[in-house]
Parts: sequence; C-alpha cells; structure tokens
Amino acid sequence: MSWNRVAVVGAGLIKFGELFDQSYEQMAAGAFAAAVDSVDHGFEPSQVEAAFVATQRGTLWGQEGIGGNTVPSAIGLAGIPCTRIENACPSGSDAFRVGAMAVASGVHDVVLVIGVEKMRDKSAEEGLLARAAAGHPIFTRGETAPVLFAPFATRHMHEFGTTREMLASVAVKNHYNGARDPYAHFQSEITVEDVLASPSVCSPLHLLDCCPQTDGAAATLLVRADIAERFTDHPVYVAGFGVATDHPYLHEKSSFVGLKATQLAAERAYAMADVSPADIDCAEVHDCFTITEILDIEDLGFVDKGKGGVASLDGETSLTGRIPINTSGGLLAKGHPIGATGVAQLTECWWQLRGEAGDRQVELRHGNALQHNVGGRGSGVSVINILTTNQP
Amino acid sequence: MSDVTTPTEEWTKPLPTPDDVNRDYWQAGTEGRLLIQACPHCGHRQFYPRALCTSCAGEPEWLECTGRGTVHTFTIVRQMGMRAFRNELPYVVAMIELDEGPLIMGNVTDCDPESVRIGLPVEVHFINAADDVGVPMWRPVPAR
Ligand SMILES: [Zn+2]
Repeated sequence: MSWNRVAVVGAGLIKFGELFDQSYEQMAAGAFAAAVDSVDHGFEPSQVEAAFVATQRGTLWGQEGIGGNTVPSAIGLAGIPCTRIENACPSGSDAFRVGAMAVASGVHDVVLVIGVEKMRDKSAEEGLLARAAAGHPIFTRGETAPVLFAPFATRHMHEFGTTREMLASVAVKNHYNGARDPYAHFQSEITVEDVLASPSVCSPLHLLDCCPQTDGAAATLLVRADIAERFTDHPVYVAGFGVATDHPYLHEKSSFVGLKATQLAAERAYAMADVSPADIDCAEVHDCFTITEILDIEDLGFVDKGKGGVASLDGETSLTGRIPINTSGGLLAKGHPIGATGVAQLTECWWQLRGEAGDRQVELRHGNALQHNVGGRGSGVSVINILTTNQP
Repeated sequence: MSDVTTPTEEWTKPLPTPDDVNRDYWQAGTEGRLLIQACPHCGHRQFYPRALCTSCAGEPEWLECTGRGTVHTFTIVRQMGMRAFRNELPYVVAMIELDEGPLIMGNVTDCDPESVRIGLPVEVHFINAADDVGVPMWRPVPAR
C-alpha cells in the first residue's frame, strides 16, 4: 500500500461533563485551542488547510447537523474546506481516519480533525429515546442503549462463566483511571460492591456498568510526516487503521459473545500497521458498557475469546497490567460525547506515546497505541486507529 | 395459525408503517402467521423483510414459519423512559432462535421475567397494533 505518512503534531480536549453553559460552537473552539496550544513549536490556526468534524447526533439537535459549515466559522477559519463525518459511535475515530487519508493522499499537508457532541441539552426521552422510537419498526420492542449490549453479557456469562464481579471490575478500573484524568466527567473511585449494589438497568447490567451521557469536544492536528519536525521534536505517527461493517440490527449478529465488526476492523488495522496485538503498549477501547470492554479486548486479540472477564478481574488491563486498557477512564468514567469520543481516545493515546499522561502513564515497550470504537443499532460498524512513535 | 389478540386500549408504542416490502409480513401477523424470507438463489434465510437477499442480493421469497423457537439470549429491562414501555417494566427482550434458523428479536410475555433462561422453548403469538399490523410476541411453550 502506497501512502504518504501522517504525523499527529497536536491534540487536546475540553473537560468533559454536563456543559449546559457552553454552546456547540464554543465547545468546538475550546477543543481547537487546546490542540493548537499542544503543538511544541507553535501553530498558527491559519495553517489548517482542511477540517473534518465528527458530530453524530446533529440531526436531532439543530445546527450541529451542518457542523461542517458552522465549526470553521466558530473557530475563526471560515473559508476552509470542511466536512461533517457521521458513522455512529465511531464517528470521531472515522473522522480521524478520513483526515489521515486526506493527508496520506497528498491532497492536504495540514488537517484538523475535531469531534464535538452535546448530549445533555435535551432530556433522555427527547434524545436517545426519541431516536429509539424512530427506530426500525420491526425491532422496536422496548430497546434502549443497554439492550444493545446486555444480551451479550447474558450469553458471555452462559458460555464462559463470566461473572457480575468480572463485569464490575472493568468499571472499577476505569473509574480508578478517570480519577487520575483531569478531563474525565467522573473523577472518583468506586468499588466492586458499589457496582453490584447500583440499580439494575437491564439484566445483568447495573447503573455503574453503563457509561454516562456527557458533553464534550476534542481535536487533533495531522500533518504530512516529512514536515512534522517544523511542529515538534516528538511526533506520533499514524501506523494504520481499519474499518468494518456488519449487518446493522441486533438479531442479525452471528455471535453474542463477540463483535464481528471489531474482529474484521482489527485484522485490517493490524495488517496495515504491520503489528500484532502483542506489540500494543496500551489501548483506548469502546466501553459504553462493562461487557463491551470484555468483548473488545477479546476481539482485538489482547486475550483469548472467553477470557476477557477473568483478565479484567486479575488486573491484566490495569495501568500496570500486561495490556493497560482505557487509561483515560474510558467511556465509563471519562464519558461518551459520541462525536468527540474517538478523537478524545486518540488524544489519550497521543499523550501516552509522548510520555505525557502523568499519573496514568503506562510503560512504553513498543511505541504503539490502539484506539477503537464500535457502534450502531447493533454494533454494525467498528473503526480502529493505531498510532506509533516508530519512524515510518 | 397462532393466537392473535386485539387489545382494547390504543397502541401507544411505535407503530410500524407497512411498505411495499413488508406489507405481507404485517398482514400475515394479523392472521396468526409468521413470515420470514428465503432466497431461491442461494438458500439464505433472513429476518426482517428486505427487498434483497443480504447474502447474494437476489430476490427473496416468503417462508411461513412454525412459530416455534428457543431463547438464544435475553435481557430483563428494568429502566425505560418511554411511557408505553415503562408501563410494562420489567419486560424481557430476547433473541429467539427460530426452528427455521434465523434469529428474531422479540418480547417474551405471559411469564415471570425472572423465569426466562437461555434455551427456553417459546412459541409465537400476535398482538394487533392496527388493522393491517400484527406484531409477533413470544411465550414459553406450555408443558404437556
Ligand atoms: Zn441469496
């Protein structure tokens, strides 16, 4: 495969949370400023040649639906080419992939990828549930977001003996990490007992097995690798990416103990980056629910199929474990502002690979970090990006 | 033919809107018959009704099911904001493995939600949401 190498020279985000006092455009401006400020040798906003904006739910809210149009103006760059990317929960990671391709193709030298999402301005009944009601009529049987993952937990427990304590250990770890991430929505540690005692939402998932609804924005700056030294002495490169689709709806899954879209996307990303799961130092994966992280670490090849629960309980995925997962706190603690989520995960990978993750810093052995999202009405799409400090 | 119930109260859940592809499916439900699709070209069987076979893009034909299946996996929903569903909490959303092969998503009714297990044999029954829309539901097969 012949493509121009791509470097990430800046990344940043705004504090995630319930941002009722910030507008969509203001959040975008905050994330862009954070990314610009992070560039070691300085960066002039006018250097941005093109931008890709990830916002998933714009059609529900209003002018976010034309975020490709409103965001450039909001960040002082009206005039540049800008396109909104929507691809379900992986919207942010897919915008990053598209931005990387814009540089890799040679069309642009400097590209902004920005994810922005307001989740809290409307009530759940007007927002997520309104969308559920508008869902496919044949399947609208009282689905909620947890219904899209809880049946996987039921089946994983049935086939592999996974326990609720194992599920809970994922939430405990990610809240521990979130307590060390100043950008996380939730910043306090919890215990296994807290998770087990929280209200049942959708068996076997309880409240603390679920991610919150969070507002947020994040941005990254991508440049052609051969000009990266103008911006930084510590570039991080795009090693590869993978995208895959599956049939969209829940009952069409070929398995309820793994996600085919993730498995396919992983094959493609590892092949493009020419690395294996053992070469990854840390990963930010899609933990919208605790069971999702267990499926992810199996589907991404970090542990054998069926062993994700045991590995989590045994601490293999903790900050000091064999393969640290969701060092930022993940969706469970940092939050899941959909379009911003993937870009924020990539920001965490960028910090980790540059040794700038503070109390959350992991040991770097290979210089590779992986970022993953999966989503849709029944996990019908997955996007994976792999970053590296190894010179291409 | 399976049981068909016409509720006395108004249907307040999302109401399916029959179109050219699924009109026969919804109509069959009002007659107590469950239809899936089978592809005459490659043999693939699929649910829900679609214009094309999801395996070979051929044109599928209707296949009438026995209405029997087993629970492949499920969840008991205990929190739901939409009023029409909230009134029924807790309820079961299950993936039913049809005797004919495909999975179908549905609610398991007429039993204690806590009694639902993977492998539970179930049979279809229908509730009329409108004159031309019969919605399939599932309940445990009665012990003989
Ligand atoms: Zn076919």
